[in-house]
Amino acid sequence: MIAWTDHLLIMPVVLPLVTGTVMLLIDERRHGLKAAINIGAIIALTGTGLALLGLANAPPTEPTATQVGVYRLGDWPVPFGIVLVVDRLAALMLVMTSVLALASVVFSLARWHRAGAHFHSLFQFLLVGLNGAFLTGDLFNLFVFFELLLAASYGLMLHGSGTARVQAGLHYIAVNLAGSLLFLIGVSLLYAVAGTLNMADLATRIPLIPASDRMLLEVGAAALGIAFLVKAGMWPLGFWLPSAYSVATPPVAAIFAILSKVGVYAVLRLSLLLFSEGDTNLAPFGQQWLLYGGMATIAFGAIGVLAAQDTARLAGFAVLISSGTVLAAIGTGHPGVTASALFYLISSTLAISAFFLLVELIERGRGPGADILAVTLEVFGEEGEVDVEAVEEVGIATPVTLAVLGLSFIGCALVLAGLPPLSGFIAKFALLTALLSTPGAEAVVSPASWALLALLIVSGLATLIAMSRAGMRVFWIPLERAVPQVRLVELAPIAALLLACAVLTVRAEPILQYVQATARSVHNPHTYVRGVLATPSEQSAPRGGDS
Amino acid sequence: MEIILALGIGVLAGSGVWLLLRPRTFQVIIGLTLLSYAVNLFIFAMGRLRTGAPAILEVDRSGDLTHYADPLPQALILTAIVISFATTALFLVVLLVARGLTGTDHVDGAERES
Repeated sequence: MIAWTDHLLIMPVVLPLVTGTVMLLIDERRHGLKAAINIGAIIALTGTGLALLGLANAPPTEPTATQVGVYRLGDWPVPFGIVLVVDRLAALMLVMTSVLALASVVFSLARWHRAGAHFHSLFQFLLVGLNGAFLTGDLFNLFVFFELLLAASYGLMLHGSGTARVQAGLHYIAVNLAGSLLFLIGVSLLYAVAGTLNMADLATRIPLIPASDRMLLEVGAAALGIAFLVKAGMWPLGFWLPSAYSVATPPVAAIFAILSKVGVYAVLRLSLLLFSEGDTNLAPFGQQWLLYGGMATIAFGAIGVLAAQDTARLAGFAVLISSGTVLAAIGTGHPGVTASALFYLISSTLAISAFFLLVELIERGRGPGADILAVTLEVFGEEGEVDVEAVEEVGIATPVTLAVLGLSFIGCALVLAGLPPLSGFIAKFALLTALLSTPGAEAVVSPASWALLALLIVSGLATLIAMSRAGMRVFWIPLERAVPQVRLVELAPIAALLLACAVLTVRAEPILQYVQATARSVHNPHTYVRGVLATPSEQSAPRGGDS
Repeated sequence: MEIILALGIGVLAGSGVWLLLRPRTFQVIIGLTLLSYAVNLFIFAMGRLRTGAPAILEVDRSGDLTHYADPLPQALILTAIVISFATTALFLVVLLVARGLTGTDHVDGAERES
């Protein structure tokens, strides 16, 4: 690697931090300028993310080269200083974050960014936290970035104010503060047992821990896991999620779609890094919990989707299904399943984000309470009245905006339910194939895999039923409504996100190869550990064998 | 000393959890504060309890952990204190706004009908 690419690694943290701080100094009334700076910074971030992705994915030029990029803050030798590490998984999450960020900021330009103070600064600080959490190679640093992104997300959650948001925000903050305290307990227990906070160093030390301390270690790892799973929204820790996400302003909800994935990312990275090196009797630690907890989350999400009374809540429960699917897939512990789960994660996060944006547009033309009416319509049997109006509607051309909104809705539904031709189908198909063909000692598929398989199909069906019901009520039944006033700048991000899903479908093969390589390297963390620990410091001599 | 610290952490955490589960927002915030005190003490304990041991290297002694207290947990606590202070302040603001908007200090924004 040459010099400037080395410093590229810190860009995703420094750039939004500087941008956000500079924007604090600009007068709140100059929305245009702030928006321009924000979008420019995010485009630069996307470029950085793509460059890092290219670096992480490039085949090593020489046999000894490692495939992880390591950045030592302050150039301290590795186990003592804080490091940032980029590998395939981190680069993938970085690119996805900036794509979602771009979509939600562009969407907010229509009106939402003026709904409260410091929207753009908070947004950039959220990106600092997200990117830092994906890049960091130090456990306590992960805590700091988590707090940073949570603090920004508290501000964004309350953006736009209003009773519903403050009420849901109150619960959101309380739950996450309690989760952060658990995080601290987990971190300090791990430190007490292993004596280090560097993730790679932890991975080498954990197999050496005496059996008498193993109990403490597992308690620490469990506390840490619970803290991450609260963020990921695993049942029974995820009750706060649908209500918080559904009342947040649409651009905020769209970027929050990746917030729950931070928890999933941390679980994936740490459970495989800390508990797969060498020692086999530690390997299955917590995996059963992930598998069954993930399955319970899918079931809860599917029921919630069917029961949701309005479209925003429906989207909130779709987040739960998505989280649950990825968690359960991680719980199976096979690289093939993890690879498909990563593909599913990309496709479902893009679609959920687009759906959160879309929900606001289709709600705009409807009066308050129309949602409840739409759902209860068939219960009260007001069919006759509808028929009369339907006859009057015949011959009136559907306005173009409604057609575009309808098409986007169908696109979201197809991806979320996992139907062809969009990427959701490929994701689900890859997941099911991987579950059926998991290589292992036993040739037969385990009952848990069958159960997961069934749940995946049932949850797809539930999503399809709920989405088509919502779609029919919104688009086909002429309740008294005006055609929503929609601007191009609001339609463009939704179209772009769905287009990204289409690209995922067309270019599925290289992307699947990428996620498979990602899953392999995540399941075999030797390269990661060696890459981080072997990075020589420029000033000091390579450290001696004190491990 | 161990028993005093352990009891202190236990009492703080216990009262914190109990208050966190109470229905009034003010009780929740006090509960969170007590819990964060307990966690900070807990981190401190994870660096092993020492009396009279400095956390900074001295000139005339060897840099060996038998003479010094582990400085890392102390640095962690400093960070944790700052972060929990900031988030608690933010939570306090949200609490006041919620009180203003809903007219009640119940966490659900409405009194339970009894």
